[in-house]
Amino acid sequence: VPVASGTGGMQTVTLIPGDGIGPEISSAVMKIFETAKAPIRWEERNVTAIKGPGGRWMIPPDAKESMDKSKIGLKGPLKTPIAAGHPSMNLLLRKTFDLYANVRPCISIEGYKTPYTDVNLVTIRENTEGEYSGIEHVIVDGVVQSIKLITEDASRRIAEYAFEYARNNQRNSVTAVHKANIMRMSDGLFLRKCREVAENYKDIKFTEMYLDTVCLNMVQDPTQFDVLVMPNLYGDILSDLCAGLIGGLGVTPSGNIGANGVAIFESVHGTAPDIAGLDLANPTALLLSAVMMLRHMGLHDYGNKIQTACFDTIRDKKVLTKDLGGNSKCSEFTADICRRIQDLD
Amino acid sequence: MTARSVRSLSGALKPLFSNRCPGITSCFLQVYGAASCNQRQKSTYTPPPARYGGRHTVTLIPGDGIGPELGNHVRELFRFCCVPVDFEVVNVDSSVASEDDINNAIMAIRRNGVALKGNIETNHNLPPSYKSRNNLLRTTLDLYANVMHCQSLPGVRTRHRNIDIMIIRENTEGEYSSLEHENVPGVVECLKIITKTKSLRIADYAFRTARAKGRRRVTAVHKANIMKLGDGLFLECCKEVASGYPEITFDSMIVDNTTMQLVSRPQQFDLMVMPNLYGNVVSNVCAGLVGGPGLVPGANYGEDYAVFETGTRNTGKSIANRNTANPTAMLLASCLLLDHLKLHAYASMIRRAILSTVSETRLHTADLGGQGSTSEVVQSIMNAVQSTGPQTLSI
Repeated sequence: VPVASGTGGMQTVTLIPGDGIGPEISSAVMKIFETAKAPIRWEERNVTAIKGPGGRWMIPPDAKESMDKSKIGLKGPLKTPIAAGHPSMNLLLRKTFDLYANVRPCISIEGYKTPYTDVNLVTIRENTEGEYSGIEHVIVDGVVQSIKLITEDASRRIAEYAFEYARNNQRNSVTAVHKANIMRMSDGLFLRKCREVAENYKDIKFTEMYLDTVCLNMVQDPTQFDVLVMPNLYGDILSDLCAGLIGGLGVTPSGNIGANGVAIFESVHGTAPDIAGLDLANPTALLLSAVMMLRHMGLHDYGNKIQTACFDTIRDKKVLTKDLGGNSKCSEFTADICRRIQDLD
Repeated sequence: MTARSVRSLSGALKPLFSNRCPGITSCFLQVYGAASCNQRQKSTYTPPPARYGGRHTVTLIPGDGIGPELGNHVRELFRFCCVPVDFEVVNVDSSVASEDDINNAIMAIRRNGVALKGNIETNHNLPPSYKSRNNLLRTTLDLYANVMHCQSLPGVRTRHRNIDIMIIRENTEGEYSSLEHENVPGVVECLKIITKTKSLRIADYAFRTARAKGRRRVTAVHKANIMKLGDGLFLECCKEVASGYPEITFDSMIVDNTTMQLVSRPQQFDLMVMPNLYGNVVSNVCAGLVGGPGLVPGANYGEDYAVFETGTRNTGKSIANRNTANPTAMLLASCLLLDHLKLHAYASMIRRAILSTVSETRLHTADLGGQGSTSEVVQSIMNAVQSTGPQTLSI
């Protein structure tokens, strides 16, 4: 966990509002942070890809500079370009900052009812290789080969992060999710690295479970899971499955941890262009990601205060946005949270 | 829905006869029945020929964990109901490195055409030369379609109600191609193979099944936004086949969104078709949604063979030999087997008895939150069968 640094106790965070509802939920978060008097100084940047020298697509240099200095970022939803010619911005960010771990804590939100209560788990997904290496070939007409890449270094790195996270967040166990019965070499390597790292963290219980068994048990009793660590594809599927358990992407926080201490926290829902600018958006996902960010920075008190206020507002059900089942505006929802924060002080 | 072929028989006979008497092979085929001749032209299905006085022989592979005890219960139930099926038991020892056992099992299935199997354990700490026996069986026999029908059962309390999803999963290629290599120490490549032939084949199977079962909507599950070539090809093949079935709505969904939708609103799905790995995930999620691994049967169909097992393929090592396993999945799989053999009356009778037993909460086994034992459940099923009046063997 990086130590708070910066002038006058204020820490700089690079804010990437994003597209669609991005700007309005970002301002909602900024307003809430202001009310909570969190020691954060926001630096807004745009990450729309530009063509750099040599013709390669890259994120704008001022955005990169800001991130390199602040090390912490908060990002709203980014539009997926179809005919823009450049790759997805998320992919670009991932490559630029070597964001190797995607962390999604899935905690049931009291007051937002889903068929699953008491969910309290964290999925940690390797985010750089695996099935998403993007290496595909057409061998002969009608035969396609996609390559899943597993390397020792990436596996060790994600396993180490998972155990560190478990230790820092008082979690009791880490479960490696794999399919080594079928993919013996690749998932076998991943598993071996997890086992090796587990040796250095004897205070944390380490278990292994097949992907299908995890899926089977997850939908029957999600309370048996704590921290899950896995390669890219399984992580993608399981993290969305778990998000579904607690209510969907509109209420799920997410964090991406990179090399060199960089961390970018983001909301993983879409840009919702149909409601953009209409003050109808739900800022919960971005807000909870910002709370995750505060905890990552060691500012637990502020994080807890903001999270409590947010959950209380949802539990109260008086000013919910449309996706949560109410018909209030984003500004009303935000104002309610701010009021509660002031009351808590 | 397979075609038990006598092609191998006619193929074997051809060299014997064709040189001397060109007409004899065709006469031979005529003697064996017009239906089998038509197999190559139409896809009319002929069940495996019954042997020895109307009784079918079916291969039984007990497997590991709870497999053997469940296999025994199937035999017990069939004997009780006087089902004209004899089981040829072939044991596969998963602890030996030699593949002789699994090859014997495969040979037995080729001989009989149909099998009921328990899951064979794979020790994933063994080197890659030791392949998963289950996978070997599926790929060697080309059992290309794995079919799982997940339905909400009355009497089983789950978080979601009214689920009725049919999952058709490509069973032989994709991520399960077992092609891996270590380029340099510490860097491993695993190949996922998607072919046009197999994708078209499974899509065709899915749509034919949808039509036959009156399903209105087929959803293809994929990740073509990331694996553009591989899953892209799969999706293209599905679209191509879909165009030949205008009465069926075809749509597609990305696998991560699919799992999210499944846990929030599973009632929106009808029939789903997908490549191997996503099939593994989705079928386990759906099985969990309707009540767990003890309830859902699974079927693996190929052109010539059919193998029935529990849907989620678990060995159940931790509950083996304790008389606590839920026999429902295996017994329902045996009903699917009976349907495949065209013994529909027996299949319906046994299925009715199983479903009436499963709705009795006091008989629920541990996986359903109860304290019933396997033998109690089987006894109750036998009682239910007896009460409907057919001829049964007294125990």
